[in-house]
Amino acid sequence: MLASRALVRGLQSGFWRRVSTSSAAWVAHTHDVDVVDCSVPQYNNRLDTPLPDVPFVRNLSVEQKKLKENEKGSWTQLTKEEKLALYRLTHELSYAEMRQGSKEWMTVLGGVFIFLGFTGLLVWWQRVYVYGDVPHTLSQESVAQQTQRMIDMRVNPVHGFSNKWDYEKKQWK
Amino acid sequence: MFRAALRLSVSGARSLTRSRPQYTASVAARSYSHGKQETDEEFDARWVTYFSKPDIDAWELRKGMNTLIGYDLVPEPKILEAALRACRRLNDLASAIRILEAVKDKSGPHKEIYPYVLQELQPTLNELGIPTPEELGIDKA
Repeated sequence: MLASRALVRGLQSGFWRRVSTSSAAWVAHTHDVDVVDCSVPQYNNRLDTPLPDVPFVRNLSVEQKKLKENEKGSWTQLTKEEKLALYRLTHELSYAEMRQGSKEWMTVLGGVFIFLGFTGLLVWWQRVYVYGDVPHTLSQESVAQQTQRMIDMRVNPVHGFSNKWDYEKKQWK
Repeated sequence: MFRAALRLSVSGARSLTRSRPQYTASVAARSYSHGKQETDEEFDARWVTYFSKPDIDAWELRKGMNTLIGYDLVPEPKILEAALRACRRLNDLASAIRILEAVKDKSGPHKEIYPYVLQELQPTLNELGIPTPEELGIDKA
């Protein structure tokens, strides 16, 4: 028992620690993900919220700050490009861009069909190579014998099976 | 139980008759069974007053605009003019353009509302130097 506890301890210190907090994993975890502070208002693109809580670009470069200064003056003095730049500073996507949609559904549908098709192949293989023979009672002659017996027994003679057999002419009605 | 059902059906019937096709500001979304309904003019006047506050701050502009867009109506041009002038006081051109975009989006399938609103706002847009989204090319993605 002591040996097994030592074994577990050894595993924890060596193997599992390496797997869970290996340097590569740690770096990927902290550097690839942008830290988003969810406790302060965030920017969002929403059709029902035309004016978001914060502007899209928070840290302005020198030219952008200068542009913001010009914004305080008369807007008739600004060029069209400057006005567009001011819009893009505050908003990431325009309404048209928000409404755009993508062609992702084609990829999704295609993927679904591919996997369904692959599953179909697996099912076919299973049917051919895994399943054994069907019972002999499903053979043509066995079924014929069964049917004859059902007719002789008068199965469902009023509305059902035997009702459809013409006993005089010995054939189906 | 029946009274509750009756009350529900009455208010449902009332809201059906009230949903006459209207282009701009209709009555506010409160359905009292008693008490005075706010008229369209009162609604408009209330919002014009809100945006006309001389020392309106950026939060109030955002809050007002986001609330107004949340209503089931397209705001009257006079409300929008007050909002645009508020943007001017706050030195916020981007919000002014965004408001115009929101109006167009709000009109939905009624394509005639947006040109009408632009036509009514043209003097203000020219005076303040606010471009329309079409002029900037952001009306197409």
